Amino acid sequence: MSAAGPLLDAHLVVDRGSFRLDLPLTIDPGEVVALLGPNGAGKTTALRALAGLLPLSAGHLTLAGRELDHPDRRAWIPTEHRPIGVVFQEYLLFPHLNALDNVAFGPRRRGLDRQQARQRAADWLARMGLTEHARRKPRQLSGGQAQRVALARALAVEPALLLLDEPLAALDARTRLDTRAQLHQHLTAHPGATLLVTHDPLDALVLADRLVIIEDGHAVQAGPAATITAQPRTDYVARLVGLNLYRGRATGQRVRLTDGFGLTTGDRHDGEVFVAFPPSAVALHPRQPDGSPRNTWPATIAGVQRHGDNLRIQLSGPIEVAADVTPAAAAQLRLAPGQPVWAAVKAAETRAYPAA
Amino acid sequence: MALLLPAALGLLFLVLPLVGLLVRAPWSTLPQRLTEPAVLTALRLSMQTATLATLLCLALGVPLAWLLARVRFPGRRVVRALVTVPLVLPPVVGGVALLLVFGRRGLVGSWLDATFGITLPFTTTAVVLAEAFVAMPFLIIAVEGALRGADTRYEEAAATLGAGRWTTFTHVTLPLVAPGVAAGAVLCWARALGEFGATITFAGNYPGRTQTMPVAVYLALETDLEAAIVLSLILLTVSVVILASLRDRWTGG
Amino acid sequence: MRGVRLRAALAAVTALVVLGLSGCGDDSTDRPAADDGIGGQLTVFAAASLAESFTRIGQDFEAAHHGVKVIFNFAGSSALANQINEGAPADVFASAAPANMAAVIEAGDGDGEPVTFARNQLVIAVPGGNPDAVTGLGDLTRPGAKVALCAERVPCGAAARRALDLADVTLTPVTLEQDVKAALAKVRLGEVDAALVYRTDVRAAADDVDGIEFPESVGAVNEYPIVVLEDSGNLPTARAFVEYVRSDAGRSVLTAAGFQAP
Repeated sequence: MSAAGPLLDAHLVVDRGSFRLDLPLTIDPGEVVALLGPNGAGKTTALRALAGLLPLSAGHLTLAGRELDHPDRRAWIPTEHRPIGVVFQEYLLFPHLNALDNVAFGPRRRGLDRQQARQRAADWLARMGLTEHARRKPRQLSGGQAQRVALARALAVEPALLLLDEPLAALDARTRLDTRAQLHQHLTAHPGATLLVTHDPLDALVLADRLVIIEDGHAVQAGPAATITAQPRTDYVARLVGLNLYRGRATGQRVRLTDGFGLTTGDRHDGEVFVAFPPSAVALHPRQPDGSPRNTWPATIAGVQRHGDNLRIQLSGPIEVAADVTPAAAAQLRLAPGQPVWAAVKAAETRAYPAA
Repeated sequence: MALLLPAALGLLFLVLPLVGLLVRAPWSTLPQRLTEPAVLTALRLSMQTATLATLLCLALGVPLAWLLARVRFPGRRVVRALVTVPLVLPPVVGGVALLLVFGRRGLVGSWLDATFGITLPFTTTAVVLAEAFVAMPFLIIAVEGALRGADTRYEEAAATLGAGRWTTFTHVTLPLVAPGVAAGAVLCWARALGEFGATITFAGNYPGRTQTMPVAVYLALETDLEAAIVLSLILLTVSVVILASLRDRWTGG
Repeated sequence: MRGVRLRAALAAVTALVVLGLSGCGDDSTDRPAADDGIGGQLTVFAAASLAESFTRIGQDFEAAHHGVKVIFNFAGSSALANQINEGAPADVFASAAPANMAAVIEAGDGDGEPVTFARNQLVIAVPGGNPDAVTGLGDLTRPGAKVALCAERVPCGAAARRALDLADVTLTPVTLEQDVKAALAKVRLGEVDAALVYRTDVRAAADDVDGIEFPESVGAVNEYPIVVLEDSGNLPTARAFVEYVRSDAGRSVLTAAGFQAP
């Protein structure tokens, strides 16, 4: 393993009919990257290509200095010879083997004798707090236990690259909370590269050091969680992090949106920018407000939903926008779909950042 | 009601012949007939050859079923059709075909005779071959069905853990489809046990060497009806026991 | 009571099968002719070895008696005897051995005493050209020689046993076939070097096999008895058929097929 470059260096290109995955991806040793995107974006395709369950159409895949797949050079290492571990969405624990033998399966295939493999499996189960469940068959395990056995099975081969496919999706909400915390510990301890595929932004934010947002086969945004949540660049990401997002052309603090509407922001820019603000920054008034807020416009209520302790109001008008109000304020305003209101956003609560 | 009557008639039609066997059985002399050396010899030979035929079917049929279920290749439909031919072929025709291939003057048989001095007809090996020929489709169909029903993602999981094709097959795929293989093997064994037409044609009839139970039944029928009934009762009992165990264990009643 | 009903059911099924196989009777020949009482349909159960000659005799008989339709059921004599005793509808029974005939007579199904109408002798059937130069029973005991016999329960098997005993030859066959035609088939296929079968069978298969006569066969000759069955619904025609088989016309057909006179 060279300290100079990333552990995983890949450009995944897979053609499947009209769909094309085209995803550059690098992961450093010990780094956890979350591949986040809507259904059908190509997350699972990317994971299968990395695992060797699907060949690349073009591009390359190098792991720990070894070329695993490079169509142009006819290089191909089959799945069973790749230094990888995979936690599948439904875990896919072998139903005929108990927990211990499931975990020992990988080490056994990679050259350990039966005794050594079982010993290593027992160690991993102990680390997962599953020692007393070692003799149980998968169907006798709870969802959370099965998830941990699957993680132990993937880690027991000491993979250079750990792949997790929606590792928490099969769990109920309560179990997910506990399991997520434990998974975080184990991922932090894993010295190799980790790629987490998920459509749940919370999983990605809690577990990953860096996010790669994928839409329609392409990475649309990548970076640390804090950057992405503060400065979304697509509607999908904006929805994920709960921000109103617009694109326009800035001249100083004034931004003219693509449909002609103008907003005043707290940041100064010149050129193409994104403008983002949270729904909580939007205030609603029965009449046109006087005084300070410079961004005011008439709007119509399109929908009302519960959102945590507040109500989230969808507004139509010159721009589509979501606003959060307290139930008390909503009662006072007598909000109902179809009702006209005035919306106001303080310039100081909006952020503008370059689009290019 | 319109369906009930033909249904009842259908059941009667299937059950009545078995009742006939029971009614006509020589119950008073049954114990001594059952322990006649000739009966025991035929029974033992039938059990042995059916078991050997089943093992042969497992060794050849499971890989063939895997090929049909998991490997895409041109002409797969044709191969599948060919595999099921012995199901619809009259067993006697199968026996004649076996003679033409493995007989002393057959395509393979003449070579075996000239090269190794081996002739298959009229040997116990011939009985096993005849039984395997007619019984193998039962095994292949059962195993192929089980393989198609099995989740291939487990095989992918095995590959990510470092298992090659063969290890995956033996350590993951086979255990997953074990119930299907077992059910197929039992059906195969039962079919082999009842095999008559191909056996008498290809292997002939000689007590202790090629005279299996069904052949003994047929020959006894010519002269000694009661003996034929006794032999048939034994075969019927074995079949019922096998089918009962099959239903309980593998098809969930 | 139950046994009787079952017997009746079994007989009905056998009858259906026999009629079905022989192509259900023609209405126009079902009615006996008026003058001598000879006519209608006649069902003859005959040994398998009689297939060729009786088919010919049946045609001649039909030609001689306008309005008669003869239907044959050829099978092993023991199987036929069983079928008759189970109530199968037959007018005439021609057996390849007295033992099977006796089973029918003992059951009280015969109309009068059976008469012997032909005799058949065993020969050694060998592949055409006699490649192993077989001349007698002694040659069949050569090491490696493969011989097919009929099972001893079948007439040709019983005859073979008698002949081998007479010749004092100890022979281990590779197979005991269920009837004479099956034994002969094994010779035709080349799977055995020789088989003991009837001379008539060899003659019928003269293209593929040669028959080697041997002296001991004289002591193991099979007698073929024939009888009219008591339950026949067409006694005059049945009696006329038996007479025809025994007449010069019938005998010449049998002799041509290789049978000997009684």
